Amino acid sequence: MLSGPGADPTNIFAPAGTPAHSIFSLSILVLSITGAIFLGVTGTLIYVLVRYRMRKDASDADQEPPQIYGSNQIELSWTVIPILIVVMLFLATTRVIYTTEHAPRPKDSLSVTVVAHQFWWEYRYPTLGIVTANELHVPISDPKHPLPTYLTMSSADVDHSFWVPRLAGKMDLIPNKVNTMWIDPQKPGLYLGQCAQYCGVQHAKMLIRVYADTPQQFSAWVASQQRPAVDDPAVAEGRKVFMHTACISCHTINGTVATGRFGPNLTHVGSRDTIASGSVANNPANLRRFIQDPANFKPGALMPPMHLNSHDLDAVTAYLTSLK
Amino acid sequence: MATQIPFNQANAPEETGADMRPRLWLEVLHEWVTTVDHKKIGMMYIGYALFFLVVAGFEALLMRIQLAVPNNSFVSPEVFNGLFTMHGTTMVFFVGMPILFGFGNYLIPLMIGARDMAFPRLNAFSFWISAFGGILLYYSYIGGSGLYGAGSAPDVGWFAYAPLTAKVFSLGHSTDYWTLSLLLTGIGTIGTALNIVATIISMRCPGMKMSRLPLLPWLYLVTSGLTFVAVGPLTAAQIMLMLDRYLGSHFFDTQAGGSAVLWMHFFWIFGHPEVYILVLPAFAFANEIIPVFSRKAIFGYPAMVAASVGIGFVSLSVWAHHMFTVGLGAAENTFFVLATMAISVPTGIKIFNWLATLWGGKIQFTSSMMFAIAFLFQFLVAGLTGIMLSVAPFDWQLGNSYFVVAHFHYVLVGAILFMLFSAFYYWYPKMTGRMLSEKLGKWHFWLFLIGFHLTFDFMHVPGLLGMPRRIYTYEADRGWMIWNMIVSSGAVVQAVATLLFVYNMIWSYFKGPVAGPDPWDAWTLEWATSSPPPSYNFAETPEVSSRRPLWDLKHPDDPDGDYEIGPSHRQRAKQKEESA
Repeated sequence: MLSGPGADPTNIFAPAGTPAHSIFSLSILVLSITGAIFLGVTGTLIYVLVRYRMRKDASDADQEPPQIYGSNQIELSWTVIPILIVVMLFLATTRVIYTTEHAPRPKDSLSVTVVAHQFWWEYRYPTLGIVTANELHVPISDPKHPLPTYLTMSSADVDHSFWVPRLAGKMDLIPNKVNTMWIDPQKPGLYLGQCAQYCGVQHAKMLIRVYADTPQQFSAWVASQQRPAVDDPAVAEGRKVFMHTACISCHTINGTVATGRFGPNLTHVGSRDTIASGSVANNPANLRRFIQDPANFKPGALMPPMHLNSHDLDAVTAYLTSLK
Repeated sequence: MATQIPFNQANAPEETGADMRPRLWLEVLHEWVTTVDHKKIGMMYIGYALFFLVVAGFEALLMRIQLAVPNNSFVSPEVFNGLFTMHGTTMVFFVGMPILFGFGNYLIPLMIGARDMAFPRLNAFSFWISAFGGILLYYSYIGGSGLYGAGSAPDVGWFAYAPLTAKVFSLGHSTDYWTLSLLLTGIGTIGTALNIVATIISMRCPGMKMSRLPLLPWLYLVTSGLTFVAVGPLTAAQIMLMLDRYLGSHFFDTQAGGSAVLWMHFFWIFGHPEVYILVLPAFAFANEIIPVFSRKAIFGYPAMVAASVGIGFVSLSVWAHHMFTVGLGAAENTFFVLATMAISVPTGIKIFNWLATLWGGKIQFTSSMMFAIAFLFQFLVAGLTGIMLSVAPFDWQLGNSYFVVAHFHYVLVGAILFMLFSAFYYWYPKMTGRMLSEKLGKWHFWLFLIGFHLTFDFMHVPGLLGMPRRIYTYEADRGWMIWNMIVSSGAVVQAVATLLFVYNMIWSYFKGPVAGPDPWDAWTLEWATSSPPPSYNFAETPEVSSRRPLWDLKHPDDPDGDYEIGPSHRQRAKQKEESA
C-alpha cells in the first residue's frame, strides 16, 4: 500500500512539496551567509585571543597597550556592509513570502476545511461531502500539472498550528480567524507532523498524518468515504449499545441518530490506520482500551471514560471496527 | 596604585568602629528589611534572583529527565505543562529582571559618583513588591486549585496565549496567580526603571556629562526607557484578562467574538522589547569588563551608545516576528522581516567594536574575562540563528520548534547568563571585599561551557527534524531521541557547574583573598571607594573630566579626556590652552 515515512520523517531539509522546497532553497542561502559570517568573526576572535593575550615575559609587560578610542572609517565599513547583506536577504525573503502566500490558485484545486480541536483534527471536504478526522487524504500533485490542496483553517477552541515539515511551513489555527495554506506533495506516501502551538494538556499527542494518494488511490478513497456507514447485522448489538449511550452526544455516524459534533466523525473509523489523533495503531485491542478510558493513551483527552462493562466494550469495539 | 582610594579616604573598619559588638540576627534582618541603601537593595535583588535561578533550573532538569527518552512517564502531562510555564515565567520575571536590576541598583550610583539612587524609598518599595510577585506565583503550587481538585501551577505557557487562559479552558485559580504576580512585578519593574532614569539624569557627579557617562549606565538608561514602553501593554493585557475571567468582558474571549490575536499583539509588544531589556544589561557588563581585561579603552564609544539607543528604538517595531505563522498577511510579514533584520546592524556594530577593543590589547584570561569571551562567541551564534528566524518563510518551519528554544536559550543562557557570571567574578570583590576563587572559577567556567554546548548546540537539531516545543513526550519513530539524550546530559553538567559557583560564592565570602578597593586596576568610579563601599559610597563627591576617571588618576601625563570625543575636541582643547 503506502510507503512508510522512513527515517527522520519530519526533517525540514527533506522537502517533498513546493512550499517546503522554496523554504529549503531559501534556507540554504541564509545558512551560507550566516555560516560565512560565523567563520569570519570566530576566526578573528580566535586570532585576537591568541595574538593579543597578556604575555608576562614580554619586555613591555608593565605598560598599558596603546589606547585606541575608535575609527570612523572602520566603524562605517562594518555598518555599511551588514546593511548591504540585510538588503539582499530581505529581497530574497520577500520573494518567497509572496510566491507562497500569493500563489495563483488553479481552478481544479481541492479544498479541505481543517478545524482544530483539543486534541484532534477535523477534516471536511465540502465539495466531496466527506467529513473525517486525524488522517488527511490528498491527491499528489504532478509538477507539470499542479494540483495543490488548499486548506481553510480555523479552530473550535484554542490556538493550534498545522505543521507537516516535509510539505510546508506551519500555519496557526485560531478561533474566530480563518487562515489558508496549500500543500502539494509530489510523491505518494505518508507525511507526518503535529500540532505546533501549545493547546493544552495533550498538545504532545495531537499528531498529523497526511496521506498523499495517487489519483487512483484518491478516487478510491473518496468513493469509500462517500458510502453510507456499514450496517453489518453481525455487530447489531454493538451498534445498539453505541446508539444508547452518551457516545452519540459527541460523535457522528452518518445515517444514524449519532449526530454529535464535539468528537471525530466515526462513519468510517474502521478505515483509519490510527486512533487517538495518530498516537496509537487502530486495532481492536487498542480501540477497546481507548473506549474504556481514553486516558490509557491520552491523559487529558476530553473524552470521558465510558464505564461500559466488559461485554458492552467488546460489542462497541466490534461495531466501530466494522465501520470500514 | 592599587591601594589608592581616591574619593574615600575613610576606610571600612574605622567607619564601622562604633558598631563592633556582635549583633543579633534579628537586628541584621531588621536592617536588611528596612534598608533603603541602593547597595543592600541591589544585593537583595541578586540574592532573590539567584534563589529563583536554582528553583527554575531545577524545573528545567525535571523537564530534561522527562524528555531524555521518548514516551517517558517520569512526570504527567499536567505537571510537565506546569513546569515549562513556571520555568519560563520564573526565568524571565524573577531571575532575569531582578538580577539585572540588582546589578544596576548596586553599580549605577557608584559609577556616576552618587551616594544613592534618586528615590531610595521607591527603590525599596519596588524590590519588595517584585519579591512579593514571585512568592505569589509560587504560592499557586499550594493555592492554585480553587474548587477544582488538587493544587496546581499555571500551565498556560509563559506567553499564555488566549483563549487558553479563558475561564472555560483554564479552570481554578492557577492562571489568576500568574496574572496577579506579573501585575505586581510589573509595578516594581516600572518603579525601578523610573528610579534608574531619574538617577542617571540628575545624580551624576560634577564633570560627568552624558558624553562621559560610562557605558553601563548608558545601557541601563536605554533598558529602563524600554521598560516604560514595554511593561505598560503587558500590565494592560493582564488587567483585560482579569476582566475577561471575572467581570464578563470579552477582549480575548473568542467564543463571544473576542480576539486571540489581540493578546498576541499585546504580549509581544511587551515580549520582544523584554528580550532587549534583558540583554542590554549584559551588553552593559561586557562594555565595562572587556576593556578592563584587554587593558584598552572601549573602541568607538559614540557608536556603542548610538547602537544601543538604535537597538532600543528598533526593538519596539519587531514584535510580530513572533507571529509569522499567525496568518497576518504577506505585507505585514514583510514589514516585520525588514524591521527584525535591521536590528542585526547595530548588534553587529557592538560585536565588531568589542572585537576591536580586544585587538591590540593585552588580554588577561581571568574567570570574568573567560565568561565574557564565551559571551561574545555565543552571542554571535545567537545573533546568526536570529537572522535565520527573521527570514519569515524559514520561521514557518523553525517557529515554535526546538530550534527556537535553542536560539533563545543561546541568548538567555549563552549570552546573558554567561555575562552575568562574568559580572559576578568582576564585581563580587566590590560587593563583599573578597575575591572569588579563580581556581574554582576556572572549573565553573569550563564545566558550564561544556554543559551549555552539549545542551544548546544539540537542541537545534530536533527542531530541524520537526520537534515542536512544549510537548511532554514524543514518538519514538521521529529520530529525535539521540539528540534529546545529549541535551539532557548537558543539563546535568550545567547543574553541577552552577552548584560549584554557589559553593564558590559561599566559600569565598569567608575564605577568599581580600580584594582591596581596586583589584582589577580598573577605570570607573566604583573602584575609587573601598570594597565593600561604605553606606555613603564616597566621603567626598568625585569630580571627573573624562570617561575613565581612574585612568586619568593613574596616568596624569596622558589623560583620557584629550582623546575621547575625537580629534576635533583635541584641537579645541589645544586652542583653548594656547589662547590662555
